[in-house]
Amino acid sequence: MSGHSQSASGSAVNLTRWINRTVIYGLLVFFAIVYLMPLFVMVVTSFKTMDEIQSGNMLALPQSPTIEPWLKAWGEVCVGLTCAGIKGYFWNSIKMVVPAVVISTVMGALNGYVLTKWRFPGHTLVFGLMLFACFIPFQSVLLPMATILGNLGRFGNSLEDTIGTSLGFGNPTENLVIVHVIYGLGFTTLFFRNFYEAFPSELVKAAQVDGAGFFQIFRRIMLPNSLPIIVVTVIYQFTNIWNDFLFASAYAGTGDAMPMTVALNNIVNTSTGVVEYNVNMASAMIAALPTLLVYIVAGRYFVRGLMAGAVKG
Amino acid sequence: MAFLQISSLRKRYGSLEILKGIDIELDEGGFLVLVGPSGCGKSTLLNTIAGLEAITQGDILVDGNSIADLHPSKRDIAMVFQSYALYPNMTVAGNISFGMEMRGVPLAERKQAIEKVAKVLQIGHLLDRKPGQLSGGQRQRVAMGRALVRDPKLFLFDEPLSNLDAKLRVDMRIEIKRLHQTTGKTIVYVTHDQIEAMTLATKIAVMKDGLVQQFGTPFEIYNNPANMFVADFMGSPAMNLLTGAIEQANDGLHVTLERPSGNPVRLAIPARLQGLEAYAGRQVVFGIRPEALTDPEGADRNAVAVVENECLIEVVEPAGSDTFAVIKLGGKEVVARLRADARINAGQNVRLAFNLDKAVFFDPQSQARIA
Repeated sequence: MSGHSQSASGSAVNLTRWINRTVIYGLLVFFAIVYLMPLFVMVVTSFKTMDEIQSGNMLALPQSPTIEPWLKAWGEVCVGLTCAGIKGYFWNSIKMVVPAVVISTVMGALNGYVLTKWRFPGHTLVFGLMLFACFIPFQSVLLPMATILGNLGRFGNSLEDTIGTSLGFGNPTENLVIVHVIYGLGFTTLFFRNFYEAFPSELVKAAQVDGAGFFQIFRRIMLPNSLPIIVVTVIYQFTNIWNDFLFASAYAGTGDAMPMTVALNNIVNTSTGVVEYNVNMASAMIAALPTLLVYIVAGRYFVRGLMAGAVKG
Repeated sequence: MAFLQISSLRKRYGSLEILKGIDIELDEGGFLVLVGPSGCGKSTLLNTIAGLEAITQGDILVDGNSIADLHPSKRDIAMVFQSYALYPNMTVAGNISFGMEMRGVPLAERKQAIEKVAKVLQIGHLLDRKPGQLSGGQRQRVAMGRALVRDPKLFLFDEPLSNLDAKLRVDMRIEIKRLHQTTGKTIVYVTHDQIEAMTLATKIAVMKDGLVQQFGTPFEIYNNPANMFVADFMGSPAMNLLTGAIEQANDGLHVTLERPSGNPVRLAIPARLQGLEAYAGRQVVFGIRPEALTDPEGADRNAVAVVENECLIEVVEPAGSDTFAVIKLGGKEVVARLRADARINAGQNVRLAFNLDKAVFFDPQSQARIA
C-alpha cells in the first residue's frame, strides 16, 4: 500500500522535473538562437555573391560560397575616397590596442600591488578616487581631453623644433593610446586591487626577507601568480579599446591613423553605386575577429578570474 | 653582552600601543620562545625583529650592532612563516635558492647549498616539485630549508607548527629541537602553545597585552611564575588557583581553604615562604600544580613539606599515563594528578598529599606573586 503511493508520487516528481528541464533548456535554446541570429546572417551573407543576396533569402545558406567579399574587404574596399581595403585600418587598431592594453594592465597591476601590499596613509581615498574613474561617462571627457591632446600636440611640435623628434606626441595613434590607458586605469586597478587583496601578504614578507626589492617582488612573485586576473584584464581592455568608436572618431576620425571601428563605419557610409552587403559583412567580421579570438584563447580563465578575489580561498 | 638585545622597544599604531616597552636579552645559540594568547603582541615583536614592521621607540641589537633601521634583507635573519609562504610559481629548489639568487650568489654555489640543505631535511626527492604538490609536512620542511640555506645569524619562526595536525606537530617539534642542537643557531620562536614553549626554549618570554609578564628559563617560568597570568597560562592542566585565608596561629602561619562540606583544609605554611606575615587575616590566592596534589604513594619523596588531607573526589578522569581527580576546594574545582594505577572512585574520601614545596601565593588584587 505504502509502496504503491510512493512510486506514484515518485513518477509525479519525475514528471515535474522533466517539465522543468524542458522549459529551462527550451528558453536557453531560444535565447541562444536570438543572440546568434545576427552573427549567422553576417557569416552567410559574407560568403554570398551580390546576385544571391539581392535575389535570395537572408537566412539561406550560400549556394556557391565565395571568399571574394573577404578579399575585397581586406584589400580593395573604399573607405571614404581611398580604396585600399581595411587592412591598413586593421593594423592601425592593432598598433593602438596592443600598447594601450599592455600599458594599462601593467599600470593596473602596479597600482593594485601598491594599494594592497605597500599601503600608505590615505590608500583607501586614492583607491576610491580611482574607482570613481570607472563611473565617468565617456562623453563628459571628450572636450577636456581634446584640449589636453591639442596641448600635447603643440608640446610635440616644440620638441620637434628643439630636439628634432616629437617622441610621437600629437600622433593620433599615440593620442588614442594615452586616452585609453587613462580611461582604463580605473578598471585595471580595480581588478588587480581586488585580486591582490586576497593574495597572501606573507609571500611578500618572505620575499623581502629574501632580499627582493619592490620591483623584483612584483615581477618574480606577484605577476607570475596573477595569471587569472591578467587574462580578465586583457580581455576586458582589449574588447573595450578595440570596439571603442567614440574616442576613435573624435581624436582620429579622419586620415591615415583611423582605427578599424571608424573605418568600418565609413565603408558602410560610402555611397558609391550599389551597397555591397557581402563586403560590408565581411569587413564587420574582420573587425570582430580579434576580440573573438581573445575570448576563445583566454576565455576559460575569464570567469575564474572574475570570481577570484570576490570569494576568499 | 647578549647576542640578541631588545631594549625598551615600543610599537604604536596611531594611538594604539601594541608593544609597551619590551626588554629581552638572549645569548648566542639560545632558543627564545615568545608565548602568549592571541593579540599579546608576540607576532608583532617578531616582525619588528625581522624588520617587517618599523619600531616606534627603543632598539634591537644583534651581536652588538643595532639592526633597528636596516632593511629586512640586510639583517642577516631568516624567517619561517606560519603559512610557510612558499612561492607557488617556483619549484622547491627555486624557493630555497630565491634568497641567494637575490643576493647574486653564483649558480654553482646555489646548487651546492640546495643539495646540502635537501640532505639535512630529507627533501632531495621534492626539489623539482611545486609547493602545490606537497603535503603540509613537506611544505614545512621546505620552508625550514629556505631559512637554513641562508645560514643567518638569527632564525625567526612565526608559529611554524600551528597548521600541522597533532602527530606531525610533535614530530616537527622534535625535528626543530634537533636542528637547534646540531646547528647551534640562535632562534626566536613565536607560539601560543605552551607545550612547544616548554619543550623547545632555553628562554621563554611570556607576553600579555604588549608586555613581557615574565622572562626566564622554562624551569623558572613553570616553577616560579611571576604572577597569576603566567601561572595559569603555562602548564597543562593549568595550575590550580584557589582562594585561601592566611592565619597567624601559635605554631606559625596557616592557609585555610574552604570546602563545601564545611570542614576547611588547614595547611601549615613552610618557613621557606617569606613575606606572607603581612597578609595574616587576609585572603590570598593559593596556587598548586596538579602534580603537587597527588596520592600519598605518588608524592615526591624528596619534598620537605608534604601535608596529607582527606578530600572528597567528585570526578575521576583516567588519562592512561595519569589519573586526574577533581575535588572542590577554596570555592574552585581543583585538579589533582594521581598515579595511573591509583584506585579511586568518584564519591570516595581519599587522602591526598599537598606538596607545599611547590606551592605559590599571589595577591588577589594585583595578581602578583607574594611568596
